[in-house]
Amino acid sequence: MRDSVEMIIAALLLGVTATSAMAFQSGRDPAYQSARESGQVGEKSDGYLGFVVPPSSSVRALVEDINIKRKAVYSKEALANGATVEEMALRTGCRLIAERMVAGEKYQTPSGQWKTRDGSAPELDPRCPR
Amino acid sequence: MVQKPDQLTNRTDNAIRSNMRKRIFLCTPLMASVLTGCVQVTAPDKPIVINLNIAIRQEILYKLSAASEKVIENNPGVF
Repeated sequence: MRDSVEMIIAALLLGVTATSAMAFQSGRDPAYQSARESGQVGEKSDGYLGFVVPPSSSVRALVEDINIKRKAVYSKEALANGATVEEMALRTGCRLIAERMVAGEKYQTPSGQWKTRDGSAPELDPRCPR
Repeated sequence: MVQKPDQLTNRTDNAIRSNMRKRIFLCTPLMASVLTGCVQVTAPDKPIVINLNIAIRQEILYKLSAASEKVIENNPGVF
């Protein structure tokens, strides 16, 4: 009985996670989503997007626009928490790489190398909280 | 033969010192003209910005856990 209750709870949690992940992805611009999926752009450890390969002008414009918007939300949240923009950005970058990215997307390791996110633990910035 | 510095400079005719004085005297106008040519101080046209906030405070990162979650959740289009 107890086992089956735990199973149901686990199934529900999984469902919630999957739903939130789908909702999370649907908020993206389709061009941005495809640039992520195709590995043209990736997450840097500093909380901003970077170019894995030399970008086309449209991808460059897209990424720069997103990075400006990211900086704006980091600034706002940093101010509310008595942190600097860099600290807020780095902390969010840690979370994005560790928890939010899906397999196949690119991220930058602390040494500057681009790696593909897979099932294994990513190489995070040493300052990321463990 | 090892000589003390005094023995080299404190000679009766003070030859070395007087020679040095003459040289310094002669060189002074020359050096002044060279220096005025080299040292130029111009005011920068942009304000000098010193960013003191580059350092990441580790203890702050731990406190930003909830904030980073919120930022990602509330801005789905940019993450």
